[in-house]
Amino acid sequence: MRRTSHFLPVALAALLCAASAGAQVTTSPGAPAVDSLAPSPGPVAAVPGSAAAPAALPEVRPAQVLSVTDFPNDAGDHLQVAFQPSPDSSLVLAYQLERRTPGATDGSEDWAVVAILAAGEATSVVDGYDPDYPVQPGVHYDYRVDVMTVDGGHLEGPSFESAVVARGEWYNTDKTRVLVACSIFMALIFYYFSRARRGASLYLRPIAGIDAIDEAIGRATEMGKPILYVPGLSDISDVATIASLTILGRVARKVAEYQTPLMVPNRDPIVYTVAEESVKQAYLEAGRPDTYDPNSVFFVTDSQFAYVAAVNGLMTREKPATNFYLGMFWAESLLLAETGSLSGAIQIAGTDAITQLPFFITTCDYTLIGEELYAASAYLGREPKQVGAVKGQDACKGLVMFLFTAGIVLSIADLILGTVGDPSRSLIMKLANLVTVGALE
Amino acid sequence: MKRTVPLMITMVGGLVLIIQYFIPHQVSVSVFNYYTSWAPIVSGFALILGVGSITRLHYHKIRIRDRNWPYSLATLIPMYLMPVFALLLPPSIWGGNQAPGLFDFMYTRIQVPIQSTMFSMLAFYIASAAFRAFRAKSALATLLLIAAVIVMLGQVPIGDLAGRWLPNLGQWILRYPNLAAKRAIELGVGFGVLATCLKIIFGVERGWLGGAGE
Repeated sequence: MRRTSHFLPVALAALLCAASAGAQVTTSPGAPAVDSLAPSPGPVAAVPGSAAAPAALPEVRPAQVLSVTDFPNDAGDHLQVAFQPSPDSSLVLAYQLERRTPGATDGSEDWAVVAILAAGEATSVVDGYDPDYPVQPGVHYDYRVDVMTVDGGHLEGPSFESAVVARGEWYNTDKTRVLVACSIFMALIFYYFSRARRGASLYLRPIAGIDAIDEAIGRATEMGKPILYVPGLSDISDVATIASLTILGRVARKVAEYQTPLMVPNRDPIVYTVAEESVKQAYLEAGRPDTYDPNSVFFVTDSQFAYVAAVNGLMTREKPATNFYLGMFWAESLLLAETGSLSGAIQIAGTDAITQLPFFITTCDYTLIGEELYAASAYLGREPKQVGAVKGQDACKGLVMFLFTAGIVLSIADLILGTVGDPSRSLIMKLANLVTVGALE
Repeated sequence: MKRTVPLMITMVGGLVLIIQYFIPHQVSVSVFNYYTSWAPIVSGFALILGVGSITRLHYHKIRIRDRNWPYSLATLIPMYLMPVFALLLPPSIWGGNQAPGLFDFMYTRIQVPIQSTMFSMLAFYIASAAFRAFRAKSALATLLLIAAVIVMLGQVPIGDLAGRWLPNLGQWILRYPNLAAKRAIELGVGFGVLATCLKIIFGVERGWLGGAGE
């Protein structure tokens, strides 16, 4: 083993350790490995007795790689490296994990730094998070751990030839609870699908915002003013947008029957094409294809605030009697709804964006909160399968409420039995091990 | 055919992506990347339709001299001039390649400030909405007003002058009643999304197909 002076990596490592000790330590998946902060150490020998060399410090023994194992539940692009730290831990500042591909000719045959760990932190690293140094499936690598000492020295560790290669798995065992939870919820939804299809009478509680849709359209018709429908600012991949487009079809059918002008400004070009088709079809179904105005559904811009300016301008100039804001919204929600409120329109909003709900509740006459947006199409159409899906959601919520209640009861029981915080006896901790919030994410 | 083919593509794609979620293998990752790489291609073509829509609408307004038709000119002229500035004119008409070009000038000196102005109007709208929300017209509205005052005062240094109890009470409101309500909504949204996705995959929900769905 050579002990060499190598100040740049040590200084950088010291900075690294001071600022974010252990940030690159990859005991948790997802943490990025550091870039190669230093070149592979060259054989620069320390000069004994020189002013720069801290000769008073004793010799530091090297660290060595103990094992290399395949990282579980990945695509075959990670390896877990465990190492034995130097016994002289008080003299070690950091460890530098290096990797090379023996026999390669593409430059990866040289040692490259794949991780730097502060001394005293983890002794295990998951290699493969650094996009500059990816781990390839089925490739054998050599590893070594270099020691960076407190006096600025650099001590190379012995090379460890890995017999294990990275392999991808065909099932992620970490997601078993997600699979079980999803299967239960899907089974419940399908059960209610089939019940509804068999003709079972399923009750849906009245939702004021949905009941008000007819009233709002009628008001616009009586006033002879247009209806403005904003299908959110998100794209077609957003489920809230799809729910909004379904409601748009129902609204457009009624609008066609009443012969009321409709304006549907869009931010996303794909949403625009789908909205246009939906409205056209609604007019056809209402038996009024001749009254369909091709300019009623239009694309505005994909710029968020330019869109707001355009829609606010529409509200100010055209004075629509009814405004619908249904879909996904961000910071523009209040700008739109407040302008609509000032213009005197009746406003119905609905979104699953929790942060925007207070703004809509404050400024709109009716607001569909969260899941009510998804239930609206079932409520308006009353098709058995749609109603069944809503009942399925309710059953899922009932199951979660049961788990919550069980958790509260078990927590109280823990308090009474004095088993709070004891993993072997705590009832709530046993339940938490079975069902975690993470399983639902 | 117009309806069956998209429904089949959606069902197969949806099921493949559900299964893919549980398979971490590189084959599965490749399938996912291949599938999702189609989205920007489709968006690119749809943008042409969007530009066509806005052109048709405003050209019609200008042609018939509709009410407020000059606004249509103000929309169409910059919309077609900006790509010209970006693509056809040299990078700068003032100082060669190093100085910012006309497109950059129009973007940073006109478009960005206008957008910032729109966003900054939010402050005034929040004040006006808060005034409306916090009018103590009923017992519930009064409760909301009291809770809001406690939370807001608890967030600012002046709240400490009344004692630590005020920020602590504000934090308690945020952490317990407020978070409980938020999580209830999130759970409902989660199940709503799950049910809607299933309806789309199995063809129960066809609103996204536009006219072909009926």
